Amino acid sequence: MRNASQNLVKAGIASGFNFLWRDSGIEVPFTLTGYKPSDSILALLWVGVVNTLLVSACSIAVATVIGFTVGLLRLSRNWLLSTLAGVYIEFVRNIPLLFFVLFWYFGVLAALPAPRESLSFLDVAFLNRRGLSIPLPNDVTGFRWVLLATVALVVVQWALARWARGRQARTGRDFPTWAVGFGLCGALPMAAFVAAGALTSWDVPVMRGFNYRGGFVLVPEFVALFAALSTYTAGFIAEVVRGGVLSVRQGQIDAARALGLTPGRVIRLVVIPQAMPVIIPPLTSQYLNLIKNSSFGAAIAYPELVSVFMGSVLVATGQAIEIIAITLSIYLVLSIAVSLFMNWYNASHRLVTR
Amino acid sequence: MTAGWLETLRQRLFATWLDTAVTLVCFYIVWRISVPLVQWLLIDATWNGTSREDCKASGACWVFIRARFGQFMYGQYPVDQRWRVDLLGLLIVLAGVLLSWRRLPDRRAVTTALVVVLPLVGIWLIRGGWGLKPVETREWGGLMLTLFLAIYAGLIAVPLGILLALGRRSRLPLIRFASVVFIEFWRGVPIITVIFLASILLPLIMPTEFDVDRLARAIIGLAFVIAAYMAEAVRGGLQALPEGQAEAAQALGLGYWRIQQKIVLPQALRIALPAMTNEFIALFKNTTLVLIVSLFDLLGIAQAALADPAWVGMNMEAYVFAGAIYWFSCFGLSQWGRLREKRLQTAHGR
Amino acid sequence: MKFIVSAVAASLFACGSAFAQQLAPSPTLDAVKARGHIECGVHLGLPGFSFANDKGEWTGLDVDYCRSLAAAVLGDATKVKYTPTSVQQRWPMLQSGQVDLLSRNTTITFSRNATLGVNFQGINFYEGQTFVVRTKAKVAKVADLADATICVAAGSTEEKNAADWFRERNLKVTIINFQKNDDAISAYDQGRCDAYTAGIGALAGQRIKFKNPDEHQILTEIISNDPQGPVTRWGDERWQLIVRWVLNAQIAAEAFGITSKNVDEMKAKSTNAEVRRILGAEGKFGDMMGLSNDWAYNIVKQVGNYGESYERTVGMGSPLKLKRGANELWTKGGLLYTPPFQ
Repeated sequence: MRNASQNLVKAGIASGFNFLWRDSGIEVPFTLTGYKPSDSILALLWVGVVNTLLVSACSIAVATVIGFTVGLLRLSRNWLLSTLAGVYIEFVRNIPLLFFVLFWYFGVLAALPAPRESLSFLDVAFLNRRGLSIPLPNDVTGFRWVLLATVALVVVQWALARWARGRQARTGRDFPTWAVGFGLCGALPMAAFVAAGALTSWDVPVMRGFNYRGGFVLVPEFVALFAALSTYTAGFIAEVVRGGVLSVRQGQIDAARALGLTPGRVIRLVVIPQAMPVIIPPLTSQYLNLIKNSSFGAAIAYPELVSVFMGSVLVATGQAIEIIAITLSIYLVLSIAVSLFMNWYNASHRLVTR
Repeated sequence: MTAGWLETLRQRLFATWLDTAVTLVCFYIVWRISVPLVQWLLIDATWNGTSREDCKASGACWVFIRARFGQFMYGQYPVDQRWRVDLLGLLIVLAGVLLSWRRLPDRRAVTTALVVVLPLVGIWLIRGGWGLKPVETREWGGLMLTLFLAIYAGLIAVPLGILLALGRRSRLPLIRFASVVFIEFWRGVPIITVIFLASILLPLIMPTEFDVDRLARAIIGLAFVIAAYMAEAVRGGLQALPEGQAEAAQALGLGYWRIQQKIVLPQALRIALPAMTNEFIALFKNTTLVLIVSLFDLLGIAQAALADPAWVGMNMEAYVFAGAIYWFSCFGLSQWGRLREKRLQTAHGR
Repeated sequence: MKFIVSAVAASLFACGSAFAQQLAPSPTLDAVKARGHIECGVHLGLPGFSFANDKGEWTGLDVDYCRSLAAAVLGDATKVKYTPTSVQQRWPMLQSGQVDLLSRNTTITFSRNATLGVNFQGINFYEGQTFVVRTKAKVAKVADLADATICVAAGSTEEKNAADWFRERNLKVTIINFQKNDDAISAYDQGRCDAYTAGIGALAGQRIKFKNPDEHQILTEIISNDPQGPVTRWGDERWQLIVRWVLNAQIAAEAFGITSKNVDEMKAKSTNAEVRRILGAEGKFGDMMGLSNDWAYNIVKQVGNYGESYERTVGMGSPLKLKRGANELWTKGGLLYTPPFQ
C-alpha cells in the first residue's frame, strides 16, 4: 500500500479523503434530501445512499408481496394458474437482471406520453415521460397529526388483538378484530390527512415551457428500477416460499383440514408459521441480493450509490482507491445490518422443537 | 380413456366456480399476450434479406441477427480462426457426453484428467501461441466470451469455495476467521463494484511490471465472488451431513484430508449440488457485468450492434435474441441440475 | 604520435557518442517499442472522431492522430491497437498504464490537469458545446431551454458547463446523467429528455444514431469552449514530448503546404530550411527525441497533414461536413499555431 500511495503521489493523482469536502458541482435529477450542486461531495454521497435505500426498501416490500403470492399460486390446485406462475418464475430466473432493467426503462418510456400530452389526475398530478409529478404541501406541520393518528390506530389495533386472543383462549369465541379496530378509529388517519391537506397550501405542478415544474417528480428511472427489481426478485422469493411451504408435512395440513379450518385459515395459522423458519434464511439472501442489485441503476441513470459516487464523483476527482473503499464499506455495512436483523427475526420466530 | 382425461381436466381446471372463473381469466390473459407476440416473432417477421430496407415494419427483423450472427457468437474473433473456438466447443460437448455415460470405468480419474487438461487445452486453442496464431483477448466477444468467463471463473470458484467452506468449519481460529471474513466480504458487495475493483484498481496498485490481462482480471474478480457464494452452498451440504460420518472415519484412524476427500466431500457435494448449480447459473447471468470494463460479452455485443447506424431501431430483435440465448442456456442448466439431482437421489436409495 | 592522436580521437568519439545517447529514459517509449504497437485509448464510438465499423476498422480524427504517432514512433501507421473507453474508464486506464495515451476528444480543464495526474499535449480540435433538440420544439436559442430536461454523459465537461450556464442565468433545468454517451443519446431519442448536449462536432457525428435524424436540430449557439487534444500521464517526459511534437508536426506540415502527395518531392527539392528539418532532410531532430529522422516524413506520407486528416474524417469529405472554423491555420483565421521546428 505504501508503494501504491507513493506511485500515486508521483503520478500526480490526488489522494486522501479531502475531496469529500469539496463542492461537488454535480446535478442529480432525483433526490429526497434537498441536495444542491453547491453542496459538498459528502452530501452527494448521502444522496446516493438515500436513493439506494429508497429503491431497495420499496422493492423489497413489493417483491415480498408478489413473491409470496406467486409462490402460493404455484402450489394452487388449478393447473393453469400454477403453470402460469411457474412460467413467470422460470422466465425471471433464467434471464439476467440487466435485461429487465432495460426493458422496463425503455418499455416504460415508450408507453408514457410526452409532457404536452400528459395523463392528468384531477389536474393536480401528471404522468408523462419525464415522470410522475405530484403536488407537495408547502407546510408539513399539519401532517404530524396524521402520523399521531396512524400510531394511535396501530396501538388500538394491537391492544384489541391481544384482548381478543386472550378472550379466545379462555372462551373459544371468535372476535372480528380487524373489522372492529378499523371501524372504531380507521377513519382517524384519513380525517387527519384531509384536514391537514386543507389547512396548508399546495405546490401544484404547473406546465412551464417543456415540463411540469413544482411539486415532486418521481422519475421514470426510479419506476423502472423499482419495477425491474421487484418483479425479478419476486420470482426467486416465490421459489423460496414454495420450498418452505412444501417442507411443511402433509400431515399437518390434513389435520388442520380435519379440524374444519377453512383453507385460508389453514394457510395463515398452520402452514405459514411452520414454513417461515425454512423460508427466512434464503429470503434474507434474496433481500441482500436485491440491495446489491440496486447498483444496476447505473445502467439507466438512476442516481443511486454506484452511479453517483463510483460514477460521477470518480470521474470528477479520479480518486479511485478512496471511492471504491468507501462504496464497498457502505454496501458491507448495509449487508451486515440486514443480515443481523433477519437473524434476530429468525431467532425470535424459531419453532421450539423438542 | 377419454373419460379419464376429461375428468382430470375438469378437476385441475374447473373444480369449483372460482376455479372456472380463474381459468377463464388466465386463458384470456395468455391469449392477449401470446397472439401479438407470436405474430411479431414469427408470422410477420422477415428472415431473408441483406439490409434494413428489406425488413417489414410490423414484424421482427431477423435479417439483422443473421447479418451479425458471427459477431454475436464470436465477437471480433478473426473469421479464419473461428474453427478453434468451434473445436473447443466440440471437445467440451464430447467431455460432457463421456462423463454422463453411466458405465464409465474409473470415473474419478477420468473426471480429474478432464478437469485439469481441458481448461489448459482451451486456453491454448483460443488464445493461440505455440503453433497457433495468437488472438488477443480484446478481440474475444459474444457468446464465446460469456461461456469462457463463466467456465473459467467457475473452475477457479469451485475449488476455492470448497476450501473456504472447509475453512469456515475448521477448528483453527485463524483459518476460520480468515474464511469468514473472505466469504462475508465478497458476498456483501455488489458484483459490479468487484469487477470494477479488479479491472481498474488492481493495475493502479500493482507495479507496472505485472501486466495482468484485462480479461483475466475480470475472471479473477468474478471467481472470488462466486467462490464466496459456492462456499455457502457447500457449507449447507457439509452441515446436512451427519456428524457420525466424520467421527467414524476419525475412529478408523484416517487423517483430516483423507476424511474430507474420501468420505465427507463426496456426500456433502452431492447434497450441495442443487445449490451449486444455482450459483453457477447466477454466475452465468452475472457475466453481463463485464460490460463496464469494455469487454464485449453477448449483451455487450448486442448493444454494440445496436450502435451501428446501418441498423437503427433493432433494439427489440437484439435483446430478444440475446435474452433467448440466456434463457435457454440457464433453463437447460437448471433442468440438467434437476436431472442429476434425481439420479443421485435414486442412486442413494433415498 | 599517431597513437596519441588516434587515442584522443577515439576517446572524443566515445565521449561524443556517449553524450549523444544520453537521452532521458522513457519507460512508455521502451514499452511501445518492445510491444511493437501503440495502445491508444479512444471513444466507444463517435463517428468522425473514433469509430469502428462492423469489421472492426477504426477511423476518425483522433484515430488519425494515433496513426500519426505510430508512423512517427514505429514507422508504420498501422501499428496501433485501439481500446474503446467510456467517460468513466478513461482516467484509470491512462493512469494505470493500460493505454499509452488518450486520443478521445477529451477536453483540457484545470482540475483534470491538477488532480488527475494527466497532461494535455496540445489541441487537435477546438470544440464548442451546444445542444440538439427536436425541430418541432422550435427552440431558437439555448435560453429557450429553460425548464427543459437535458440528457448528458456523466463526468463530461458538458455536464458541468450546462449546469453552470443555466445556473448563472437563473434558469432551471433538469440534468439527467448517463454512464455512456450512447445511453444518453438513446434516452433523448426515446423522449426522456428535451435536449442532449455535447460538442458541436461530436453532435454532427452522433446525428446518425438517431432514429430520424431529420427530426432533430443542432443549435448553433455555443455555450462554452472545449479545446480537445491528446492526453498523457505525468512522468515520462520524453514520451510526452513525442506526443506533443507529433501533433505539431501535423499542423506544421499543413502550414508549409506539405501533403501526402507532395511529401517526397518536398523532401528532395524544398529549399525552406524548416521544411527540410521537419522532413529529416537535414538536422537530426528525430534523434533528439529518440525516434528515427523520418518521423515526420512518415506521418505525412502515411496519414497526411492536419488538413487532409480533418477533411477526410470530419470535414467536407466526410458525412459530418464540418467547416474548419477555429480548426484552421492561424494564417487563415483559425487558431492552429505551432512553435517553430528549429
